[in-house]
Amino acid sequence: MQQGQDTFDVDRSAGDFKYAEDYAYDAGVGLNEDVVRYISKVKGEDEWVLNFRLSALKAFEKMPNPTHWAPKKLDELDFSKIRYYLAKSQQKKRSWDEVPDDVKQTFERLGVPEQERAFLAGVDAQFDSESAYTNMKEHLAKDGVIFCDSTEGMRRYPEFFKKYFGKVIPISDSKYSALNSAVFSGGSFVYVPKGVKLKQPLQAYFRINAESFGQFERTLIIADEGAELMYMEGCTAPRFETGTLHSGVVELVALKGAKIQYVTVQNWSDNVFNLVTQRGMAEEDAQIRWVDCNIGSGITMKYPAVILKGARARGEVVSIALATTKQHQDTGAKMIHLASGTTSNITSKSVSIGSGRASYRGLVYMAKNTSGCKNNTVCDALLINANSRTDTYPAVVCGGENNSVQHEASVSKINEEQIFYMRQRGLSEQEAVSLSVNGFVNDLVKEFPMEYSVELRRLIDLQMEGSVG
Amino acid sequence: MKGLEIRNLVVKIASRTVIDGLNLEVPAGQVHAIMGPNGTGKSSLSKAIAGHPDYKIASGEVLLDGENIVGKSVDEIARMGFFLSFQYPVDVPGVSIANFIRACLNARQSGGKTVNPVAYYKELYEKMDLLKIDRNFTNRSVNEGFSGGEKKRCDILQMLMLKPKFAVLDEVDSGLDIDALRIVSQGVNSARSPEVGMLLITHYNRLLEYIKPDRIHVLSGGKIVLSGGPELAVELEQKGYDWLK
Repeated sequence: MQQGQDTFDVDRSAGDFKYAEDYAYDAGVGLNEDVVRYISKVKGEDEWVLNFRLSALKAFEKMPNPTHWAPKKLDELDFSKIRYYLAKSQQKKRSWDEVPDDVKQTFERLGVPEQERAFLAGVDAQFDSESAYTNMKEHLAKDGVIFCDSTEGMRRYPEFFKKYFGKVIPISDSKYSALNSAVFSGGSFVYVPKGVKLKQPLQAYFRINAESFGQFERTLIIADEGAELMYMEGCTAPRFETGTLHSGVVELVALKGAKIQYVTVQNWSDNVFNLVTQRGMAEEDAQIRWVDCNIGSGITMKYPAVILKGARARGEVVSIALATTKQHQDTGAKMIHLASGTTSNITSKSVSIGSGRASYRGLVYMAKNTSGCKNNTVCDALLINANSRTDTYPAVVCGGENNSVQHEASVSKINEEQIFYMRQRGLSEQEAVSLSVNGFVNDLVKEFPMEYSVELRRLIDLQMEGSVG
Repeated sequence: MKGLEIRNLVVKIASRTVIDGLNLEVPAGQVHAIMGPNGTGKSSLSKAIAGHPDYKIASGEVLLDGENIVGKSVDEIARMGFFLSFQYPVDVPGVSIANFIRACLNARQSGGKTVNPVAYYKELYEKMDLLKIDRNFTNRSVNEGFSGGEKKRCDILQMLMLKPKFAVLDEVDSGLDIDALRIVSQGVNSARSPEVGMLLITHYNRLLEYIKPDRIHVLSGGKIVLSGGPELAVELEQKGYDWLK
């Protein structure tokens, strides 16, 4: 194997294009109280929302960057140079034909409407700050399912927001959740009523088009008792000269016996800071499952969490990370067991290529008053080049009685004899390494919905391009 | 010459010479066997021909249908029509047999073309039936968790699908019981044709009762020390190798 390539280009041609910026609403560069008030005013929000934003801004300003443990690169993030809000129009388009042409072209290139036509139950496509288009199949609406962007959700369904918004992830959970709480715009609101089981997934696309822009979508998903749903999100951005920030917050609430599955395929360009907080709260017998794939971005810091609040609740995180040169995927999972008989599973696979770095950071917490809780964690890391890096930082706090926690970790180098074997069958070195990496993550890729797993394999192949030989 | 021709080959691993001036000609349409005691360079020879980066060719030539393949990459040599059946086939976790062989076939297509999936599966199933490989193996990861015999059959399946001009089979009989040996041999024999040459590496005459060679060569000390007809294998089995020293 060739060693020590420090630079190579990754083809992200699918997402690497942009259109002229022409925004009706622009909050300018930098962050202060006026910016927050501007965003809230443009959106016509109630006072309680503005107050929520302002208290979040205060918390954000007080909190330091978590640089004592986080990647050093985080210091490069200059909050005073970011644009926090950009929007074409506040008027949501309901039909594809009404969406402005350049936005439409963007999403057509990304394949959004095709997929929607094919089978999706609903699509929420976010272009910079605001959702460009939301639609939902009629039968879903008839069942009482709500799927809209969070601004509309907040306006029309304040009862849900007052009860759950900012409760799973409090304002001051971290500097970035505080930032999101101050300037959020876009994102989805989903409510699935009691006993309604969605057979088709709901889907969202996030795209950054403008340079130095921060995207701060905010998603709240509530599955009422016995309800079931799957939500999928995809992310892309063209490559800009300066760093761009994506700092979303996703809150899931699974009431008694409900099931939520949340799938992310993240392929931001490699100068996006992807700092996302995702957390779900599972009541009695409820299940929450995060299926997460991080391929893009320069830095990702993301640790999907499940708070197992009710007895016998179940949490799961399935995570794939690919880090190439210039990338640091700092990902992991948190499982907070607060009730007895709760179970959780974490399966993480990472691949480090070139001087790329993948870190697993996990927390498994079992509270004092619990019993019969189980966690099983498996992390496997694969290193492709001699200068590739991987780290594992598992934290386990096991209180209570008769609780069990299991942690398995492995690190392997790419197997030279395997590559020789595959090349002897006629595959080029790159094809062989790509196939080997695909094989390594295969059992997890299968956890993604079909069209995502196909896309994932393609992205992995692209990511491997130029990594060897 | 069509087939494989090796001239004055010297192979080194690090500074150790493992093949020391070897000459060999295996014309297309013929099957030759290389026998010899352990540690005389039989596997080294096969890996060196295949282009394994650890086996440095210090001097000499290896001609495949008249073209020198020394210095070409492993996969280039493979796509020219050279196949090596491994003594120890390697696991490829997470990659199914069907996908693996298809990727290998696609790698041989020009201009990004791909094989027709219907025709592909039809042929794959035919060859699997010939080798008595269960159909559900198409979805199993290549060699992962296979028995020794299953691995050998999987390798021969790949050979039958990839249709090389020349194949080296390195101890294809090791670890096989008598039934598996018969099945693997049938598979190998089905690939014999006037266009295809083969070199068998083996310790035992037993294999040569199933796959009849045209010539036998004895490798010792990194070179061919004796060549003869099929009867030589019987003689070697009776007398061992010591008398050659």
